[in-house]
Formats: sequence, structure tokens, C-alpha cells
Amino acid sequence: MLFVAAFWRLDPFTAQIVHDYGFQNFELLWQSDVYRAITQRTILIAAAVTVTDAVLALPVAFYMAKVASPKTRNLLVVAILLPLWASYLVKVYAWRIILQEQGVLNWALDPLGLSGPGFGNVATWLVFSYLWLPFMILPVYAGLERIPSSLLDASADLGAKGLRTLWRVVLPLALPAIAAGSIFTFSLTLGDYITPQLVSSTQFIGNVVYNNVGVANNLPFAAAFATVPVVVMVIYLLVARRAGAFESL
Amino acid sequence: MTSRAGTWLLRGATALTLAFIYLPLLVIVLYAFNTRRTLVWPIPGLTLKWFGKAIDNPGVRDALVVSLQAALGATAIAIVLGSLAALAVARHRFFGREAISFLVVLPLALPGIVTGMALNATFRNLPAPFGVELGLFTIMVGHATFCIVVVYNNVVARLRRTAASLEEASADLGADAWQTFRYVTFPQLKTALLAGGLLAFALSFDEVIVTTFTAGADQTLPIWILSNLSRPNQLPIVNVVAVFVILLSMIPVYFASKLSSESAGAGATGVAGGAR
Repeated sequence: MLFVAAFWRLDPFTAQIVHDYGFQNFELLWQSDVYRAITQRTILIAAAVTVTDAVLALPVAFYMAKVASPKTRNLLVVAILLPLWASYLVKVYAWRIILQEQGVLNWALDPLGLSGPGFGNVATWLVFSYLWLPFMILPVYAGLERIPSSLLDASADLGAKGLRTLWRVVLPLALPAIAAGSIFTFSLTLGDYITPQLVSSTQFIGNVVYNNVGVANNLPFAAAFATVPVVVMVIYLLVARRAGAFESL
Repeated sequence: MTSRAGTWLLRGATALTLAFIYLPLLVIVLYAFNTRRTLVWPIPGLTLKWFGKAIDNPGVRDALVVSLQAALGATAIAIVLGSLAALAVARHRFFGREAISFLVVLPLALPGIVTGMALNATFRNLPAPFGVELGLFTIMVGHATFCIVVVYNNVVARLRRTAASLEEASADLGADAWQTFRYVTFPQLKTALLAGGLLAFALSFDEVIVTTFTAGADQTLPIWILSNLSRPNQLPIVNVVAVFVILLSMIPVYFASKLSSESAGAGATGVAGGAR
């Protein structure tokens, strides 16, 4: 209920000060190269994170659902579930120390003659993929568990090799679950501003919004920019619904 | 079903992914025992001295008190409102029922920054007699908005699995509404409520984004960490606090997952509502 109230307030808020602002905020958003670049970066990284997590989650989820013994399976579910709840901020902080100049990653890569990505877009992508991975694994696991094993056997009996079964049988059936997981990975990346702030010097939509609320006190502009991820999310949800994501949430 | 090589490949991938998930947490834990003040790897030696320093730090203590109060308050609000909403949606038919079940779950789809901004604007613009200062109370209310989802999910899932006929039988045998709730409904819900409460507590204890918009001058532990990250002198203490925050969020969740099978399902959907 509070949510509705909050929303009533937010919208009139843009609308009320709109007396002297009008569509200026949106025009500024559309015309300014800076804000367009920020929007693009946010959406691209959110998409990259989603794909990365889907690729990483599939083998784990498949192992949990179809290969592991029930005991191992329960253990794995808890093992994935626990870090999902562990403090978000602490996880980002951990990566900040790992990625820093004298951090673990550079130390480990040094003998190989390599160095870590440092802070920047790559770091942001890596940390987001890390943060939201459990959100992808759990729905995909639940989705794969619902696929009857007999289908996989049938595919093998009909002469399909492992990879072919994976591509033609498992993947299409798992798609709704992947779409469900992608809602989390995508929307969580879209709305975040703390990770980009801590592991890069680049800005996300959230950073601009936050600075406009806090520092610049330009609430109407913040609200205008905040509608961008909401609109993107609504479109994404509509697409995900077509993929059958809502049944496997 | 899958070839032996395939099984080993999957096993390897799973082990690697688990390592990817847990190694960063391990790094933080190791740094908490670091003898050096600076965060250089490999760490030169292990010590417990930062734990003592963290306990003696007044800022940390104040933040811990605020965090605990906020988490307990938000959990209490969430348990009452979340279970009432769940009972209404699962056991009664009324106009707007679908809308309620949608509205309660709405926080999942919204970016945290939108929730935070909306709450901030609401609190700052309340009409005079109801005006509130940003502080502990607003943190509680802010956290409760997403904690409700967790309790609601747990209780609704439990109610779906238990039959309403038990409550009807109780009423037929002459129990009044309170007696039915006290002796029939509540015992069935007990573990679901406890699990939901534990999850809500963990969620509130961790939350950063909504808190930055509702806290005013008060600091919770995560906010304390955030504001001390840029102070190299404080980093050893930050490490200790970080380990403490990890433990205090993972332990309740561990027990919640033991208590009720629903909490596993509520996990992914529940956390998305809050742990941003």
C-alpha cells in the first residue's frame, strides 16, 4: 500500500514542478550525448551480464537438476542460496580489494605475465555477473528439474548425441526459466549505482539519478531519468512474458 | 543419460562456479585477520587485533544498534502485514484480490533506486501533522516494504499447501475466529512465519540502497561500511565489520532453509525485492 502512495507522490512530483520544466528534462536526456552514452552503457552491460550469467548458470543448474544425487542436490541448493543473501555491499567491496592494483587477481595473474582488468567497464561487468549469478542458477535449476528425464533418454535413444540433446531438447525447454532468471539479472543491473561507483569511474543511470536527488537536488530530472530503466524494464517484462518467463518465476 | 565425460565436465563446471562464488567471500575473511593496515596481497600474517578495535569503535557500535533495531522493527512490521495480506489473499475472495497479490510483489520489478526515491519524496512531503524526520523509523518503514514480500511469499506458499477445510471444521465445532486462528491456523503457519521472519531480518540487515534514501543522519552497518570505504585508516575495521555482516545475513538464512522448504523458493524472488 505504501508503494502505491509512494508512486502517487512520485508522479505528481515530476508533474507538479513540470509547470516550469515541461518536457525539458526528457529533451535534455534525449539530446545530450553524455546521458545517451550512460543509458547505452547501462543497457549494454545489463545485457552482457545477463548472457554471462545464463552461460555460467546452465551447466551448474543442469548438474544439480539431472546428474547430482538428491543429497548433493540439496547441499548445492543451500550452497547457492546462502551467498545470494550475503551482504551485497560486502561482495562488491570484496571485489574492490581483489581487483585493486596490489590485489589477489594481479598477484595470481602476474606469474602468467598477465594483469587484471583494473577498475572500469570490465570490472563492472565482472562484479555484476558475480553478484547476480545465484539469481540465474536457482530459477534455471527449478525449470530444468521440471523437465522429465525420459525426454532426455528418448532423445538419446533416437540417436542424438549429448550436445545435440542439449541444443535441441534441453535449451528450448529451459528457455522460460532462463528468461525468468534474466529478469533478475537484467533489472538488478539496470537499477544499480553502488557497484559502478565502487569498481569503476564510469556512471550508470542510477549514479546520475542518485547525484541528482542528493547533491544537485534536481528531483524532477532524477525522476525523469529514473523512468528510463522503468520503461526499459516494462518492455523487457513484456518480451520475457512472451518467452513464458512468468510461469517459471 | 549423459556420458561419463559429460558428467565430469558438468562436475568440473559446478566446482568452478562454486569457487567463483565463494572465493571473494574467503578473501574478505582472510583480510579481516590481516596484520598490516594496508590491503596488500599476500597478507603477511594473521592477527585478531582488529576484532577488538572494531568492538571498541563507537561508530561501529552505534551503527550496529541502529541496524539491529531497524531489522527487528522491519521484520515485525513485515510479519504482521505480510501474513495478514497472505491470509486475505489465500483464504478469502474479495474485490481487488488479484491487485493486492500483484502490488505486494511489485517491489521485485522496480529498481531499488526508484523505491528509495519514492519513499524519500513521500517522507519529506508528508502533510504537517504526520511529518517524520528521516531516521530509524523511516529506515524501518522503508525496509518493511520489501521485507513484506518475503514473509508474504512464505506464508502464501504454506497456506496453499494446507487445506482451508481444517479451519472450517474448527468453526463447525464451535470455535470463534480467534480460537481458530490461535489453535488451528497459527500452528500450521509457525515455521513459515519464523523462516520468513529470519529471511526478512537478513534482508533488512544488508540493505544499502533504500537505506541511503531513508536514513537521514542515522547509519546502519552497511551505510557505515560504505562511508568508511574511502578512509584507508579505517579499512581493517571495515573488513571485520564486513565479515560480521556476512555472518549475520547467512546464518539466519541457513536456519530459514532448514525450517521451511518454501524459503528456498522464496529466495530468488524474495531477495530481488530487497538485496540490491
